[in-house]
Amino acid sequence: MTELMLKVEDLHARYGAVEVLRGLDFEVPDGNVVVILGANGAGKTTTLRALCNMCTTSGTIEMEGDDISRAKTADIVRRGVAHVPQGRGTFPELSVLDNLKIGAYTRKDKDVNADVDRWFEIFPRLEERRDQLAGSLSGGEQQMLAVARALMCRPRLLLLDEPSLGLAPLIIEDLFERFSQLNKETGLTMLLVEQNANLALDMADYGYVIESGEIALHGPAEQLKNDPAVQEAYLGA
Amino acid sequence: MNWNFEILPDFIFNGLRDGAVYGTVALALVLIFKATTLINFATGELAMLGAFFVYVLNVEQGWWLWLSIAVAMAVSAVIGAAVERALVRPFDPDDHLPVVLITLGLFLIINAVAGDIWNYQVRRVNDPFGHFPSWVPNGSELKTSSDGTIACLKNADGDLVEVARGTADAEMCEMVGRTFFEVVGARLHYRTIGTWIGLALALIALAIILGKTKAGLAFRAVSSNAESARLVGVNTGRTLGFGWALASVFGTLGAALVAPALGGVNPNMMLTILIYALAAAALGGLDSLGGAVIGGLVVGLIKSVLVSWFGVVVLGQAYFSILQLAMAFLLILIVLLFRPAGLFGTRRIERV
Repeated sequence: MTELMLKVEDLHARYGAVEVLRGLDFEVPDGNVVVILGANGAGKTTTLRALCNMCTTSGTIEMEGDDISRAKTADIVRRGVAHVPQGRGTFPELSVLDNLKIGAYTRKDKDVNADVDRWFEIFPRLEERRDQLAGSLSGGEQQMLAVARALMCRPRLLLLDEPSLGLAPLIIEDLFERFSQLNKETGLTMLLVEQNANLALDMADYGYVIESGEIALHGPAEQLKNDPAVQEAYLGA
Repeated sequence: MNWNFEILPDFIFNGLRDGAVYGTVALALVLIFKATTLINFATGELAMLGAFFVYVLNVEQGWWLWLSIAVAMAVSAVIGAAVERALVRPFDPDDHLPVVLITLGLFLIINAVAGDIWNYQVRRVNDPFGHFPSWVPNGSELKTSSDGTIACLKNADGDLVEVARGTADAEMCEMVGRTFFEVVGARLHYRTIGTWIGLALALIALAIILGKTKAGLAFRAVSSNAESARLVGVNTGRTLGFGWALASVFGTLGAALVAPALGGVNPNMMLTILIYALAAAALGGLDSLGGAVIGGLVVGLIKSVLVSWFGVVVLGQAYFSILQLAMAFLLILIVLLFRPAGLFGTRRIERV
């Protein structure tokens, strides 16, 4: 039995009077890739934001057995949760290098520069552009930067919010290849929100489908892939 | 038309002196605008308060002038951060109107409180760059009359060289020396050079703080993308408080540098300066620190050379001198109409 990185029970979230999540239950086992599928407005982004206490929530969120539903965002980051928000979430007016450095904001150790070099090695495009402003990068480069920035805090759980959004198919494939590699080589746990269900289910171990703020369906990725309802709604079959 | 070019350098020097002060105050405005995209109308009054701290410590308590300025800057930093914590942070940062109204209210409250404590009379202060080498402790000091309003200086030969305010009483005048160099026939006052140096040092300090420190990096990150900054663990509230503290420090520096040129401190000393600083910040692009400084110098030059020299001296129209403030408003209007991002501001590109 694998340990649970994340265990969420009865998660509600609201923006003002609008209730976006209406009681979600889901689990992310340690070392797994879990994907959340859903249409626009189903509450996928809100789910990830709720995990980092970026919106008003109720319910319990347990990370490795500790309740983090009331913790401050900064403390959740310190626990090892890195969040790549939708639309990249880079700092356009900061250089590529500064974007990576701010990713290590919560770290106190001396290995930050070594980590910068490490990610530059893995993403050589970023090293070529280390002194350019992030806002001047292409969409794919910005997504790489956002991911590398998130990894700078040495996370144990990576939250990815529609990383494929607005990217060319070849770049998406390359990106997912890297995610897959990261998961296999470092055992990094990932919770991925996607509309590109095909690629996401290929990589994932387990999947949830949310509709109108509730879990409509869940199961192992293979099983979801072959589910007629999922095929019709998300795989274009 | 009377093209009196002989006195033009004087006007240029004055313009660049005033401009450096506007630039310093504009830095304070821009620091807060960068982080929150709102204009802090209390910037000038917080700076005025800082100048009064210098007055209290130096003139009333007899501390060394530079120590007084340093302490006043530190106290201003604490006040700026406290204002942010108590009056700004409780409000939704995306809803600008309440916060702008709060800064306007602060403006009125600080002005009234200062007026109540110190009344509206101009109180003479010591000039950090008045006469060489005044920055040495126990060095030369201005002689002032008992009510603190009249001051005058004598040069080494005992001649009266400058009357700072009011009529000079030769009995009161002692010592000191010249307060200026002669450059191309014009007076380049030590005070002017000192103001430039003050601004330059402030810029260097700011570049180091923002560019080399972790708090500075966090401040730039929050300015660039507040949501992502939170997601990497930055405490955005505390970082904005840090921005307010920095802004108050620069405001106080600007006010302390300009006070002697205004004849001293009084609660209304920053009113017009804030308008010019707003024009400077708008011209520079509101979110550009370098732009604020260049904007300040340009506004100072326009005011001094275009309005005072060209309008009053060349055209011989005395009423031009009352158009200086109107010029600042006109400049803000023109910038906002034709180039909202100013000369150096970021043109925001909305990505959907």
